[in-house]
Amino acid sequence: MLQVRTTSLAATHAVAAAVAGVARAGDLIVLAGEMGAGKTAFAQGFGRALGVTEPITSPTFTLVHSYDTGRIEFHHADLYRLDRLLEVADLALGELLESNGIVLVEWGDVLGSTLGDHLQIRLEVEPDGVDADAEDDGDDDGEGGGFTCRAIGLRPFGSVWAPRWAALETAVRKASSC
Amino acid sequence: MTHTFRTSLLASELRERPVVGPDTVVLGIETSCDETAASLVMGGNDVLSSVVSSQIDLHAQYGGVVPEIASRAHLETLNPVIARAIVEAGIDESRIEAVAVTIGPGLIGALLVGVSAAKALSVAWNKPLVGVNHLEAHLYAAFIEDPSLELPLVVLLVSGGHTMLVEMVDHGRYRLLGQTVDDAAGEAFDKVARFLGLGYPGGPLIDHEATLGDPTAIRFPRAMLHDGLNFSFSGLKTSVVNHIRQHPDASTADVAASFQQAVVDVLVAKTVRAADQIGARGIVLGGGVSANSQLRTAFQQAGHDAGIRSFLPTMAMCTDNAAMIASAGWYRLRSDGPTSLSAPASPNLRLPLLGAG
Repeated sequence: MLQVRTTSLAATHAVAAAVAGVARAGDLIVLAGEMGAGKTAFAQGFGRALGVTEPITSPTFTLVHSYDTGRIEFHHADLYRLDRLLEVADLALGELLESNGIVLVEWGDVLGSTLGDHLQIRLEVEPDGVDADAEDDGDDDGEGGGFTCRAIGLRPFGSVWAPRWAALETAVRKASSC
Repeated sequence: MTHTFRTSLLASELRERPVVGPDTVVLGIETSCDETAASLVMGGNDVLSSVVSSQIDLHAQYGGVVPEIASRAHLETLNPVIARAIVEAGIDESRIEAVAVTIGPGLIGALLVGVSAAKALSVAWNKPLVGVNHLEAHLYAAFIEDPSLELPLVVLLVSGGHTMLVEMVDHGRYRLLGQTVDDAAGEAFDKVARFLGLGYPGGPLIDHEATLGDPTAIRFPRAMLHDGLNFSFSGLKTSVVNHIRQHPDASTADVAASFQQAVVDVLVAKTVRAADQIGARGIVLGGGVSANSQLRTAFQQAGHDAGIRSFLPTMAMCTDNAAMIASAGWYRLRSDGPTSLSAPASPNLRLPLLGAG
């Protein structure tokens, strides 16, 4: 378990990029956290770092958005609508993983123990952690603004992350302080 | 056996490009998301019948579209819906000259139900198949109700999965002027409604709740208002969540009204700016969110203020329906001919754009 704290959107993106730097084809990464915690923002930083240039938009309605950078496929899924059902067979997550791709699943924690090896990343808003000097995501026309600090916890399930854990920890700690 | 079947497939695929004229009747089939729909349209905009069987009651108890339920319900409903569309049109099914179907974007399981049915009918009737892009069909919804609309047009397409400003340069020729960089407007409505405990679908519930509240009560951010033609609604959603966490006793009606006003302000301002930039002859609303009453009022007012023609399709034409699929199918068949029977359903299909691949 690795816990870091980010005080800006740029730092959240940097942490996501650090994870992307260590990730490889076949990896399943699960994003957990309440609505507004920054899961899509994390996914955007992650995809950018993999080399996706087109807009990375929320897959809530279409469930999976797939991007091909030429080097790797990035599948961005969202189980928000499935959080009270376990009927996710339609998504064929296993097939996506086998297709030279990295799969990032928002609200994926509902799948719990049915997942194989994966990295869980939990984003949480810190209730009193408003940094008034920083800009919140997309908040450039609101009054005041200020980025609400996020706690980001990374936790590996299974053994596939063990050989890379030290590299991941170093990269993520460095990124979170930027 | 296999050989015979294969031969009939080829006969269908290789048939000559059909004559597409004002008397050509197209059957449209739509199963990309919530609605199972079928429609017969003649000549591109004469709607002979349009049947929509909504699944929203089925989904309401789960707080959103559940694909497994969507697929099963489409499967049970589609054949009766098609049969009813033919009966209501009052013509013999032999008059149908082509079968148009949504091939994407949408939920894969849901799309497959419509695509498989359309292929089966195409083979059985020996009539051409036309694959239709759901987003392109929304652009045609306005033309069904007003074929006299002059081009170029700026279309604001707002739904659960999409938020985009499209320049319709000509039939089948589009330019993307702006789009959301994160959440779609309809998704923001759904998520905020769920967070406020209003239920599903979020659009109409927020619309109603907002009539009871003060749209100026809370100054939510208007993201990227002065910054190009793209949209961002993720920060707004987060602001609503944060506001309620900090003010747990805030009036739900005021939050709904203020949230809705923030969305509408940005959508309308950017549409008018886009129209001004390209010298559009008119602005048009499309997609499920265009059923929102505040958006309709503000859209019309902004068009009036800017001296530009605005067109608001009826609610039935804004939300998903199959008449727009049949209409877009008629235009596609006329310009590009039939679609191959081997064409797959494409969940991530993009709008075909000028200058793109």
